[in-house]
Amino acid sequence: MLLNIGKRILQALVVLIGVALLIFIMLRIVPGNAIITMMGEHANPEAIERMTAELGLDKPFYVQFYTYITGALRGDFGTSYSLHVSVSSLIAQAFPNTVCLALSAAVVAWLIGIVCGIIAAIKENSLLDRLFMGFSLFGVSMPVFMVAMVLQYFFAYKLGWFDISGVSDWRGFVLPAIALGWNSAGSIARLTRSTLVEVLQEDYIDTARAKGRRRMGVILFHALRNSMLPVITMMAVQLSSLLSGAVICETIFSINGIGRLAVDAISGRDIPLLQGTILLSTALVILGNLVADCLYSVLDPRVRKGD
Amino acid sequence: MDEAITLSVRDLSTSFFSEKGEVKAVDHVSFDVPHGSIVGLVGESGCGKSMTARSIMKLLKYPGKIVGGEILLEGRDLAPLGEGDMSLIRGEEIAMIFQEPMTSLNPVVPVGKQVQEAILQHRKISREEAKKKVLHMLEIVGISEPEKRYRCYPHELSGGLRQRVMIAMAMICRPKLLIADEPTTALDVTVEAQILELLRELRDTIGTSIILISHNLGVIAQLCDYVYVMYAGQVVEQAPVLELFDNPSHPYTRGLMDSVRSLRRGDEKLSTIPGAVPNLLRLPQGCRFAPRCPMAGEDCRRCPPELSRVGEGHLARCPYARR
Repeated sequence: MLLNIGKRILQALVVLIGVALLIFIMLRIVPGNAIITMMGEHANPEAIERMTAELGLDKPFYVQFYTYITGALRGDFGTSYSLHVSVSSLIAQAFPNTVCLALSAAVVAWLIGIVCGIIAAIKENSLLDRLFMGFSLFGVSMPVFMVAMVLQYFFAYKLGWFDISGVSDWRGFVLPAIALGWNSAGSIARLTRSTLVEVLQEDYIDTARAKGRRRMGVILFHALRNSMLPVITMMAVQLSSLLSGAVICETIFSINGIGRLAVDAISGRDIPLLQGTILLSTALVILGNLVADCLYSVLDPRVRKGD
Repeated sequence: MDEAITLSVRDLSTSFFSEKGEVKAVDHVSFDVPHGSIVGLVGESGCGKSMTARSIMKLLKYPGKIVGGEILLEGRDLAPLGEGDMSLIRGEEIAMIFQEPMTSLNPVVPVGKQVQEAILQHRKISREEAKKKVLHMLEIVGISEPEKRYRCYPHELSGGLRQRVMIAMAMICRPKLLIADEPTTALDVTVEAQILELLRELRDTIGTSIILISHNLGVIAQLCDYVYVMYAGQVVEQAPVLELFDNPSHPYTRGLMDSVRSLRRGDEKLSTIPGAVPNLLRLPQGCRFAPRCPMAGEDCRRCPPELSRVGEGHLARCPYARR
């Protein structure tokens, strides 16, 4: 097991370096010049040249990449072109906000999603089931910006319960968390329902009932554990994508998170900052999958056996 | 009420209400399981034998429903009982083992825990005590190194071992009745013989009555005291096991035996019963076996025959039953 995890971490590192290389290449082949964007179109050509040399952009590509990677491995992702501070400190500032938002969105999504999914599965084909599944379809298909704006309109503008934007205290996270979690709740509810309905048809459910287990016991002890396996994978992947920044949600609610940082980096052609945020997202997604795999092998003995 | 009868099923009818109409899976089935005996239910797949078993346990899947009859467990009728009352009886007084030992155990729970769950469900004892009983039971059903197997997951055990675990789980509360639904169908022949022997031993030592469901006449002959042959949801013949094999009376039973004998003799052409089991949605008006019966006459097709006496404890649902 430990050996396996070690192997996976090494693999993840290779993937990360590969992704870094890809980002590096892509950001250099997109049209436009970061230096010109930074200094203005009418800047003095000598000044541009000086700046290029200062940032090391005149060196061959592989030297630039080597410098970047060795720096990144030490935790140094370069200096932001536009803000002139180190990328790592910018990320360190923005990340806590994103973590707060992601965790609260995840809690909303998972609580609502799992509870609704379980109820829908137990009451299969009932009115409640149809109601929940209809709602979850809403959740899956409604874009975040729409939910966000509807919430803002009613709960912040009309009722005045929350601030329209910005996060001065925990209340600032309520609306963004619902807007962001809404979507995940829908997919979690649907997956929970479908796997649970399937598991409830299994023979070992009959065995459990034949032992004299009551309905709730059968569901909690036997069915849920089996049906949660795919749901947990989905949850881990969702969490990692939530953590890597919710661009739209953070923008609408003016939260200084990773998503906002990435958007600013794109509009300002701030290559080091953009590289940093993308690399962070990639690392989080890989980490999320790794955690999902580990959890899976804890919960399912058949996977453990395969080690 | 006869004291010596563990289970008495009277006119049990179970139907499935599908969109196309009512499917009478079990139609006025009556039988008795005397105390300490092994009673066989035999018939082709789809004849209603598993549905009879599930009706007794009240483990029918939607849209199945018991529509009539009584299920008397030592005189107490189970048919009107709700889920709560049934959960006190299941596992404690009637236990059941299923056909597929591969899928009948929860894949993510160690097998020992699953057996332990059965006893903790019905006895107020500590976990340690329950574990001791489980280990003892695993030993009784012939599992070597019970301490080690206790912690195994189902996928780490062979089919035969899993079925032994299922039997241990069913027998741990020493139920009055064990329903074994095709317990050996998924196993190979040598393991089958061992499992059947184990069932017989348990009947002798613990005194549990057994309903053995099988499509295999050989299995029935080996183990049962009394046999009910089912066809299209009805009992078509019932007799003590020796009487049935010596003197099969219903044309369907004779057809079944002929095909087994012809298989034994190694005939070039296997003797079979022509035709197929009737669609339960569109049953023939008269005798349900008439369309496949070599002896069927006009009156057979018109009015359904009743069970009538052929010999001592021997009934058959056929006016032409050979006496």
